[in-house]
Amino acid sequence: MENHYAIETQSLGRIYKVRHAGKKETKTLTALEGVDLQIRKGELFGLLGPNGAGKTTLIKILTTLLAPSHGQATVAGFDVSKDPEEVRRRINMVSGGESSGYGLLTVRENLWMFAQFYGIASKEANARIKTLLEIVGMADRANARSSNLSTGLRQKMNIVRGFLTDPQILFLDEPTLGLDVGASRDVRNFIHRWMGDDPQRTLLLTTHYMVEADELCARVAIINKGKVLACGTPASLKQSLQKEAIFRMDLDCPRPLEETQFSGLAGVHSVKVHDNEIKTVMDLVLAEESVLAGVIAAVSSQGAQIATLQKREPTLEDVFVQLVGQRMEEVEHADAPSGD
Amino acid sequence: MPMLPPVTKRATGWRLFLMTVMGRSYPRVVGMQRETSWMFFDTFLPMLSVAAYVFVYRAIKAPEDYVGFVVVGGAMMAFWMNVLWSMSSQLYWEKETGNLALYIISPGSMMAILLGMAVGGLLATTLRAVGIIILGSLLFSVNFVVASFWQLILVFLLTMVALYGLGMMTASLYLLLSREAWHFSNLAQEPVFLVSGFYFPIKNFPSWVPIIGSIIPLTLGMDAMRQLSFASGPSLGWVSVNLEITVLVGLAVVFLVAARFLLSYMEKLAVREGRLTESRS
Repeated sequence: MENHYAIETQSLGRIYKVRHAGKKETKTLTALEGVDLQIRKGELFGLLGPNGAGKTTLIKILTTLLAPSHGQATVAGFDVSKDPEEVRRRINMVSGGESSGYGLLTVRENLWMFAQFYGIASKEANARIKTLLEIVGMADRANARSSNLSTGLRQKMNIVRGFLTDPQILFLDEPTLGLDVGASRDVRNFIHRWMGDDPQRTLLLTTHYMVEADELCARVAIINKGKVLACGTPASLKQSLQKEAIFRMDLDCPRPLEETQFSGLAGVHSVKVHDNEIKTVMDLVLAEESVLAGVIAAVSSQGAQIATLQKREPTLEDVFVQLVGQRMEEVEHADAPSGD
Repeated sequence: MPMLPPVTKRATGWRLFLMTVMGRSYPRVVGMQRETSWMFFDTFLPMLSVAAYVFVYRAIKAPEDYVGFVVVGGAMMAFWMNVLWSMSSQLYWEKETGNLALYIISPGSMMAILLGMAVGGLLATTLRAVGIIILGSLLFSVNFVVASFWQLILVFLLTMVALYGLGMMTASLYLLLSREAWHFSNLAQEPVFLVSGFYFPIKNFPSWVPIIGSIIPLTLGMDAMRQLSFASGPSLGWVSVNLEITVLVGLAVVFLVAARFLLSYMEKLAVREGRLTESRS
C-alpha cells in the first residue's frame, strides 16, 4: 500500500544529558516528548512555537542529525535511524542565520560545491544556480564572495542552496530569522511558487512568527516544551476560539495594571496586559461579549481610561495563548530550559 | 511553466563519491589561493626559522647537507601544519559554521568529504612547500644530489597518503570534540617538530625516539627523502629507504582503513549523543 505521508512520527522523544562545566553529575533535559505527526505528501506544514520549544530538535531528528531517544520517525517512507542514507537522498535543509559555505568562494562557487554533494552535474547545477539567483534577485551577485554579502543576501543564498537540489522534502528551520520585511516577503513568495510547481513536494517549516505560519502553511502544529499541543489548519485552530469573544483595549493608565486583577472575573478566559512606550494594551479572550461590561468596570475602578476598544478575529497568537497560558514572547523570555 | 525544472540526473555510487571529493577540495585548491597573503605568511615566514637553523649549523661548521635537511624540513612542516589545523580540527570549525550538518545530510559520504579536504589541502600545501624549497635553495645554495628521482617521488607520495590518512583518522576523532579540539592540536604541534626531526637527522636520537616518532609518517618520509636527495644522506639516515617505504605503505593502509571505520563509528556516536551540531553531552 502506498504511503501517503512524507513524514510520520510516533511517540517521538529526545532526552539530552547535560553536564555543567566543572561538575561531574549530569542532568537530563527533555527536548521532545511523545510527538505524533503525520505530514502528507505535497503539504506545506508549519511547526509553530517559541525558541526552546523543541522545533529544531524535531528537525534534527527528521534530517538524521540526531537520534531519537524513543519513538520512531519516517521520512519519505524510510526510518531516520535505520535508513539515514535513503532519507538523505530525498531531503535538504535550510536554517535561519546559518553561515554555511566558505567566505573565500563566490556565491556561485559555494552553490556549485553543495550541488556536487548531491551528484548534480556541473552543467545542470550551473544552469539551476543561474535561474534560482535570478528568481531571488541575486543574479548580479553570483560572482561576489559570500563573505561580502549582507545578512539578507546570505540567507537568500542559503535558501537557493536548499532548493537547488530539488529535494522531495525540504526542511526550513526559521528561514526568515533576522531578515527585513522585504527579504522575508521574497522568501515567502519563493516558497509559495516552489510548492505550486510540483504537488509531490513537501515542506516542513518551523517558525516562531505567527503571521508567517498563518500565511504559508496548510496545517500547523503548535509546539511548546517539547510537546505538540494542537495540530490543524490555521483556520480550524482559530475556529476553536470562534465561540469566544476576543477584544483588544488601548488604555491610559495612571499606574501599572496587574493581570490578576482581571483574570479572576467570571467569564474571562484569558487576559494579557502589555505596555509599550505610549500606552497599555490589554488582550482579552472572554466566554461571551456580555462579560466585557464587568471588565470595563474593573478597568475604570483602577483609574484607567479606555482609549480604543476593538473586537477582533482570533489569530494563531490567541490560539497559542489559549493553549499555553502565555504569549510566545513571554515563554521565550521566561527562564525555561531550552530544547532547541 | 515551472520556475525550475526537476533535476534530470543524479550521480550515485563512485561517481557521487568523486564529485563530492572534487566539490570539497575546490575551496582549498581555489579558495586558499585567493588571499595572496599566503605567499608572505606561508612561504616567507617559515623561511625565518629555517634561516635560524641554517646560521646555527654554519656557525658550528656542521656538514653542508644539514642546510638542505633544514630546507626540506621547513617545506614538510607546511604539510604537518596543514594536517593539524586544516584536517584534524577542521570538522570542529565545520560544526561551528553549520557546514558539518549540511555535509552529513547530503547523499555524498563523509569519507568523500574528508578525502576532498585532504586532496585540496595536499595540492594547496604542495604549492607552498615548493615555494619554500625554491626560496630556501636559492637563499642558502642547497646542493641536491638525487640518487633516484622516482623513488623520491614514491616516498613523497606515500608519505602524503599516510600523513593525510592520519589527518582523516584524527578528524573522525575530533567529530566529538568541541573547543578542546584547538588544545589537542596545540598539544600535538611542537612535540612532533622535535621527534620527527624537522630540522635535523633523527639518527641523532636514541633509537626509541624515532620508533615512537614513526607513528607520524613525516618522520620516516623525511628521513627517506633526505637519504635520496643529498650526497651524505645515506650516511645520516636512520634505517634503509626500502624499510621506510615498507613501513609507510603499512601506515597508509592502517590510517585510511582506520579513518573509514572510525568515521562511521564516530558519526553514529555523534548522532546518538547529539554532538553533530552542538556541544551537549
